[in-house]
Amino acid sequence: MMRMAGAVGATLMAMVYTSVPAGAQEAVAPAAPPASPPLAAKPAATIGPEQTFLIGVVRQLPEPPPWVAPLQMPPDDLGIAGAELGIRDNLTSGRFLKLDYKLSSEIVPTDGDPLPAVQKLVEAGNRFILLDVPPDALLKIADNYKDRDIVFINVGATDDRLRQKDCRANVFHIAPSRSMLTDALAQFLVTKRWQNWFLMVGRTDNDKLYGEAVKRSAKKFGAKIVAEKTWDYGPDARATAQSEVPRGTQVGEYDLLIVADELGEFGDILPYNTWLPRPIAGTQGLMALSWHPTMENWGASQLQSRFFKQSKRMMQPLDFQMWQGVFAVGSASLKTRNSDPAKIEAQLLSPDYDLPVFKGVAASFRSWDHQLRQPILLTHATNTVTLSPQAGFLHQTSPLDTLGFDRPETLCKFQ
Amino acid sequence: MKRQMLLSTGLATLAGLMLADALPAEASPRAFVTNERDHTMSVVDMSTLKVTNTIKTGRRPRGIIASPDGKLIYVCASDDNRVEVYDAATLKLVKTLRSGPDPELFVLHPSGNPLYIANEDDNMVTVVNVENNDLIAEIPVGVEPEGMGISPDGKYMVNTSETTNMAHVVDTSNNEIIENILVDSRPRIAEFSKDGKQLWVSAEVGGTVAVIDPATWKIVKKISFKIPGVADDAIQPVGVRITKDGSKAFIALGPANRVAVVNAKTLEVEKYLLVGQRVWQLGFTPDEKFLLSTNGNSNDISVIDVADEKVTKSVTVGRLPWGVVVVP
Repeated sequence: MMRMAGAVGATLMAMVYTSVPAGAQEAVAPAAPPASPPLAAKPAATIGPEQTFLIGVVRQLPEPPPWVAPLQMPPDDLGIAGAELGIRDNLTSGRFLKLDYKLSSEIVPTDGDPLPAVQKLVEAGNRFILLDVPPDALLKIADNYKDRDIVFINVGATDDRLRQKDCRANVFHIAPSRSMLTDALAQFLVTKRWQNWFLMVGRTDNDKLYGEAVKRSAKKFGAKIVAEKTWDYGPDARATAQSEVPRGTQVGEYDLLIVADELGEFGDILPYNTWLPRPIAGTQGLMALSWHPTMENWGASQLQSRFFKQSKRMMQPLDFQMWQGVFAVGSASLKTRNSDPAKIEAQLLSPDYDLPVFKGVAASFRSWDHQLRQPILLTHATNTVTLSPQAGFLHQTSPLDTLGFDRPETLCKFQ
Repeated sequence: MKRQMLLSTGLATLAGLMLADALPAEASPRAFVTNERDHTMSVVDMSTLKVTNTIKTGRRPRGIIASPDGKLIYVCASDDNRVEVYDAATLKLVKTLRSGPDPELFVLHPSGNPLYIANEDDNMVTVVNVENNDLIAEIPVGVEPEGMGISPDGKYMVNTSETTNMAHVVDTSNNEIIENILVDSRPRIAEFSKDGKQLWVSAEVGGTVAVIDPATWKIVKKISFKIPGVADDAIQPVGVRITKDGSKAFIALGPANRVAVVNAKTLEVEKYLLVGQRVWQLGFTPDEKFLLSTNGNSNDISVIDVADEKVTKSVTVGRLPWGVVVVP
């Protein structure tokens, strides 16, 4: 963290990455962790693998926020480090069955087009491709490979529409949808009987989508939006927060302020500056996330410490989602022992497929929209408060389907 | 000795009381329970079912076993990266052994030596000579090694790797893996029947217990569980214990708060016993009249009458009780 903070100006603003050169990717391949060398005495190491799984990852750098708190400096290898750990874990397991895994990653600049990067990976033989790209780019990529046997795994985009009317048969979603996140939060707040919400929505389109998801969740679980405002105090209001936020938050009585600020422009300056002493939740404050460094139950501390050992930093949600993407292919591969994408895809969707994700219950894919159903963390900066679904939200098949779009609500029609 | 130990652990105020209780207790069997969050080990007198001593251990004690003669207690102090050896009579720390990083569970060779330790953070099983603390071998296994079982004749050691979802069978004569058996998600425990003809492997997230035939290392049956009113994904098998006569097996079902009683001949589930919350590990008394379960979230152990298949009592121990062993 400290090292990161020191390099602030240089790294963040100069995020003009080009594709990671081939040489750099090679460094990933001999990923056998130093702690667990290959089984030298076993014939597996000398005969060579029976099946090789080529996994690619394309990450388009998001637009940088107008300012970044030192503690939230995104590391250069955000996400990719998780995929690398996934490869290590897959190799440790796969060597017993003579299965091999290789990762190739492509970083695309903010204003670039990720499709050529995907094409490059496909030409190099990658048949499993993790995508952290904006929703329109994701659709373009998926449609471009509609008739090819490529499994795309969305590890970044939270857009609800990708699970609903814009769903695609060749895309699996590891990243939770916005609705999963806001449903997770809503269940907890309703359990606490903090049911009157003041919704503060940021200026970007994504913030509005998050705000819509919050409203949908409020309706679903019986909470009430008693006030709603759009943040219009400019991109960087740090200097004037103490005078502006109290004025901007005089909306009468409410239990809790829900903030929709995906870029991180203003959410963190709201706590302690509001007119009334009220907690903050949403994209800041009590956050709904797939993962957090404070997660330690259900064996999570083992994954955290493996990650820390590898990358010398904490595991962030995107790291976890990329780890899950690679691990999902790996765990399916132990069953198929075959790198045919169609076989892996069938395994991912098989009723007995389960993905242990260190959250107490197994994750699995929804057949109707290919969304990974998994518990969602509610966490503040230094503690994971709880995981949703909350006890008491019952479901006829899986309580996990109380988060996001359940079968009866789906608008997804795979072509 | 005893006084000195207790004083040093900051329990001075209780020392007098405990000494009075502890001394006559030497004669009856005692249960040792590791309390993961308290960094202690509770000693329970099995005749009175009272906690007689609370011993400060290394940080995050989890796996606990006894030497074949019951005189030594081995504890995995996970966050201190060592195995601690206690004298079961004096309750004194006798020595510490190397363990490799983050030891969680271990198993002793039936002869009492060596010790096979699962290193959860390191994808390794460490083999240590308990006499001289020599490192005999490091065996690379799958991701997050956990469960450790050994065949009654000592020929095969079995380790389960939680994230690789395999049971790795190791030939103890050369410490080579001879077989990798794919089981359901998050395998936690490997336990041989006393006649060596069955190997039971519990899969926590998969919700099943695989019964494996060691003659072929093939799965004979996967036992699954159904409890009315309990969600399927709350049924998470962890601890497994089989009676010496091979008639019954007991399976701890985690957050289902039940211990399943399984007919070990027919491999059918016969009964579910309600115990404390998030039941984890199990341990028989030496005479097998009772079985104890550690209940992590209710901070107690349940006492199960093996013949009657009934829960008779619960005893409060420390925070997050993890493992249990009972010695004569």
